Amino acid sequence: MQKENVFEIENLNLHYGAFQALIDVGIIIPRQRITALIGPSGCGKSTFIRTLNRMNDLIPSCRVEGKVMFDGEDIYDKACDVIALRKKVGMVFQRPNPFPKTVYENVVYGPKIHGEKNKDRLDEIVERTLKEVALWDEVKNRLNKSALGLSGGQQQRLCIARALAVGPEVVLMDEPTSALDPIATLKIEELMSGLCENYTIVIVTHNMQQAARISDFTAFFLNGVIVETDTTEKIFANPANTKTEEYITGRFG
Amino acid sequence: MVSVALITVFVFMNGLPSMVEHGFMEFLLGDRWRPTNGLFGILPLVVGTLCVTGLALLIGVPTGVASAVFLSDILPKKPAAVFKFAIELLAGIPSVVYGFFGLIIIVPMVKRIFLPILQVFDPEATTTGFSIMAGGLVLAIMILPTVVGLSENAISAVPSDYREASLAIGANKRETAMRVLVPAAKSGILASIILGMGRAIGETMAVLLITGNVALLPGSILDPVATLTGTIALEMSYADAGHQQALFAVGIVLFCIIFILNIIARFVASRMGVGGK
Ligand SMILES: Nc1ncnc2c1ncn2[C@@H]1O[C@H](COP(=O)(O)OP(=O)(O)OP(=O)(O)O)[C@@H](O)[C@H]1O
Ligand SMILES: [Mg+2]
Repeated sequence: MQKENVFEIENLNLHYGAFQALIDVGIIIPRQRITALIGPSGCGKSTFIRTLNRMNDLIPSCRVEGKVMFDGEDIYDKACDVIALRKKVGMVFQRPNPFPKTVYENVVYGPKIHGEKNKDRLDEIVERTLKEVALWDEVKNRLNKSALGLSGGQQQRLCIARALAVGPEVVLMDEPTSALDPIATLKIEELMSGLCENYTIVIVTHNMQQAARISDFTAFFLNGVIVETDTTEKIFANPANTKTEEYITGRFG
Repeated sequence: MVSVALITVFVFMNGLPSMVEHGFMEFLLGDRWRPTNGLFGILPLVVGTLCVTGLALLIGVPTGVASAVFLSDILPKKPAAVFKFAIELLAGIPSVVYGFFGLIIIVPMVKRIFLPILQVFDPEATTTGFSIMAGGLVLAIMILPTVVGLSENAISAVPSDYREASLAIGANKRETAMRVLVPAAKSGILASIILGMGRAIGETMAVLLITGNVALLPGSILDPVATLTGTIALEMSYADAGHQQALFAVGIVLFCIIFILNIIARFVASRMGVGGK
């Protein structure tokens, strides 16, 4: 039986050199739900989401303290295998960033890295994941064309498929629609409610309506602190903290 | 531009009559270059040039590209900067010093290290050390700064989005570099190879101290060869009129080879560029 919570985070402090970007962050990310992270620019949302798959390792000045438990194991423990972690915790970025390769090669990139060589199984992964992101019908005749020829929205869905192809438990999305037009955005939002049947999703968004529409839980960040976290319904209808209320009603940020 | 045209006209005017006189095919495909006996077949020189250049690229390009990956994405910033500086210094060393280095170090090394290896396969093999191998090795070092510098620029210019996407999917740095960064930087890397090749052919003269200058078709990479540039440089000073004209004809051939290689390289580059879009 899998634990009910995918991530349990306690007393997380993060410094960039002398600057503290996250202060005593504690939050629980429930399995197969969509958790939205909101807050004004520069409050640490990206920083936080990147602690969940240790992408912060890439920044030399970055120092992390505290506990980030993923499936019951501390991912900042020395024994943690970062490669295995990133296989289970995928990521989608703000700007669609498919590789300058074919559509097919983009999807199979991860599986190949992780050792899958069987052509039939790779084909099967491509079809399954592209269907999961509702892209199959649009690209099935151009699998061997460059991914850079797709529209922005298609590229972003391809990036989601690329992340799903290695069979993650969690997909982290940092403002996945902020570079897209409203129709492409809507498509991805529709997709997400289906995806959370199989995956846990953590999404950063600046768009209040988006958070309200698609997420089950919402956490409000301010200056590196989580001010409030609750069900999305509660946060938007009846926030406990006045700062939260001011933010979601658009009075600052 | 004008001077290029003038030089071209000058070389062709002086060289063409000789080519015609000795017969075009005999000149190009003759395998005997004995100017003092009136035999002007330049095939050994062409083969020698291509062998030395080819070997230099075979050694220099993979080493150079691998170093570029290492410098841009694997080594931490500070040691990388030191290495980069060292490689830039390589570019500033005069060619003749490379030749001298080859003579003192590489030629004996070929004899002591590579000959025993070759003898495992062919017990009859011998060498003086003056060889394609020695020339290729020295040229490989000479083209290294060009290949490393340009490739490194190209790889560093790949958007960090690609890096992040690859790492976030669980690839390590090496896989990211080999499967994403190098392919994404391939046009820049190819440019570095083209320039490296140009330098290699041009500098075959600098290795005239170490290739042996024997105008015969080589049988193995430990055999000595003569190159087009080396032969011109060596023989011009004592050549009589007919010989001199033949050397100008050699110049024409060199000119054409460089021209053709450039066209091939450009063609490959454009094909690859289109393929990636
Ligand atoms: N690599 C870094 N080095 C130093 N400081 C950084 C670095 N990355 C982010 N910061 C700082 O950390 C704070 C949080 O940044 P972060 O990118 O997490 O904010 P964010 O909430 O994602 O903002 P946005 O909504 O604009 O994306 C900011 O003050 C930022 O300047
Ligand atoms: Mg951000």
